[in-house]
Amino acid sequence: MSPASEQPSFARQLERLEEIVRRLESQDLDLDEALKLFEEGIERLRQARERLTAAETKVKQVLADHAGHLRVEDFDG
Amino acid sequence: MGATLDLFAAASPEGAWTVSDVTQRARAAIEAGLGPVWVRGEISGFKAWHSGHWYFALRDKRAQLRCVMFQKDNRRLPAAPTDGMQVFVFARPTVWEEKGELRLTVVELLSTERGGLWQLAFEQAKAALTKDGLLDPARRRPLPPYPRRIAVVTSKDGAALRDIIAVTRRRWPAVELLVLPTKVQGDGAEDAICRALGLLARIDGLDVAIVGRGGGSREDLWTFNSERIARAVAAVPVPVISAVGHETDVTLCDLVADFRAPTPSAAAEAATPDRGDVAVAVAHLGARLARGLALRSDRVAQRVDRTLDRLVGAIDLALERRRHQLSAVGGRLDALSPLKVLERGYAVALDSDGHVLSRVAQLTPGLGFRLRVVDGEVGARVGGAGS
Repeated sequence: MSPASEQPSFARQLERLEEIVRRLESQDLDLDEALKLFEEGIERLRQARERLTAAETKVKQVLADHAGHLRVEDFDG
Repeated sequence: MGATLDLFAAASPEGAWTVSDVTQRARAAIEAGLGPVWVRGEISGFKAWHSGHWYFALRDKRAQLRCVMFQKDNRRLPAAPTDGMQVFVFARPTVWEEKGELRLTVVELLSTERGGLWQLAFEQAKAALTKDGLLDPARRRPLPPYPRRIAVVTSKDGAALRDIIAVTRRRWPAVELLVLPTKVQGDGAEDAICRALGLLARIDGLDVAIVGRGGGSREDLWTFNSERIARAVAAVPVPVISAVGHETDVTLCDLVADFRAPTPSAAAEAATPDRGDVAVAVAHLGARLARGLALRSDRVAQRVDRTLDRLVGAIDLALERRRHQLSAVGGRLDALSPLKVLERGYAVALDSDGHVLSRVAQLTPGLGFRLRVVDGEVGARVGGAGS
C-alpha cells in the first residue's frame, strides 16, 4: 500500500510555522529574511488550510486472501 | 441344602456371568436409573491430557467420584478448574467398563467461587501478561496528534463502526479510515481478531489503530479478555486504542492497549483532533505571522495592521462558524503576502545584491539601487538626504 500522503506531516507543518513566527517576533532579523520567512509562513498556512478543509473522510476496507495478500476496497457501510 | 446345590450348579460356563456382562448390566442400570444430574463437590487430582480431555475426581467429606470432561465439552470454558475448587457439574453417571468404575461424564462445569472460571482465566492471563511486562504503563505510546491513516478492527455491521466513521468525519475529515472487518464474539472471533491485528504491521503509513466493539453481555465481551488478543495488541507497531463497549469491567485488551476508550465514539475522539480547535490555533499563528512581519518593517506595518484587523475579525468568525470560515481565513492571509502588498502600490528598495534597503543610513545620497514594484524592477538613485 502506498503512504497516505507524500507531504510533510501536519504536525511538522505547524511546528515549522511556530518556528517562523517566533523568528519573526525576535529582534535580530532584517527585512530580507523577514520577507522570506513570511512568504514561507503564508505557504504553510495555505497547506494547513487545505488539510483543514479536506473533503470527506475516505473509508476503505482491508481484506486478506488465503495467500495473505492484502486487498483494499472502497467501503460502503 | 437344595439352595446351596442350586448355587453351585450355576457356577458353570453356562450359569456364570462374564465380567463384561456385569459391567454392561451395571452401566445400563445406572444410566437408566440415574439420569443426567447436577452434582456439587470439590475438584481433586485434576489432569488435562494431551487429547484435551480432562480427568479429575469430585469429592466431599465421605466419598469421591471419578469424572471425565471431554474436549468437545470443556473447550467452551474459559479456564481449567484447579484442585480444591468447589464446583457444580452437570453430568451423566455411567460405568467405565474397562476399569469397572463408576464415573461421571461431565458436560458442564461451573465454579461456585466469585467470578468462577471466567475470573480465574482473567487472573491467569493477566499474570502471564504482567510477567512479560506487557501491562507496564511505560509501554504506552502517545497517540499521534494529526493522524492521516487510522485502522479499525471491528465488526463490519455493528454500531461501533458507524459511530467511529461519524465521529471521525465530524472531527478530522483529512484522514483515511481502513476497516479490517472481523467477528467480535462467538466461535472464531478470537482467531479473526488476532489475524486482523496481525495485518496492521503490513499497512504502510498507519498512524493509529482502534480495536473494539459496542456494548454487549459479559459473555459477549469476554472475547476481549483473550490472552492471545492481548498479545496481538501489544505486537501492533503503532499505538492502539481499545474500545470495548462497557464502562465498568476492564478487559485485558484495554490493559495492553496504549489508550483505553469507554466506547467506540470515544475512541474516534481520542484518535483525532477537533478541526475547529486546530483551525483557531492556525488562525492565531497566521495573526502572529502578520504581526511579526509588521514589527520588521515600518513601511508595510500600516498596511499589515489594517489587514491584521480583518484577520482577527476572521478568527472570530472562524470561532463562531468554524469550518465554513476556514477558507475565508486562508483567503485573507493571502492578502498579507508581500507581493499583494506591492500590488497596492508599495515598493521595496533593493541593493545590487538584492538585499532590502530599509534604513535611511543605507540610502546614502547618490546611491544607485533597484526598486521592486509589483510587475518588475526599475533602476533608481538616491537624491538628497532625507530626515
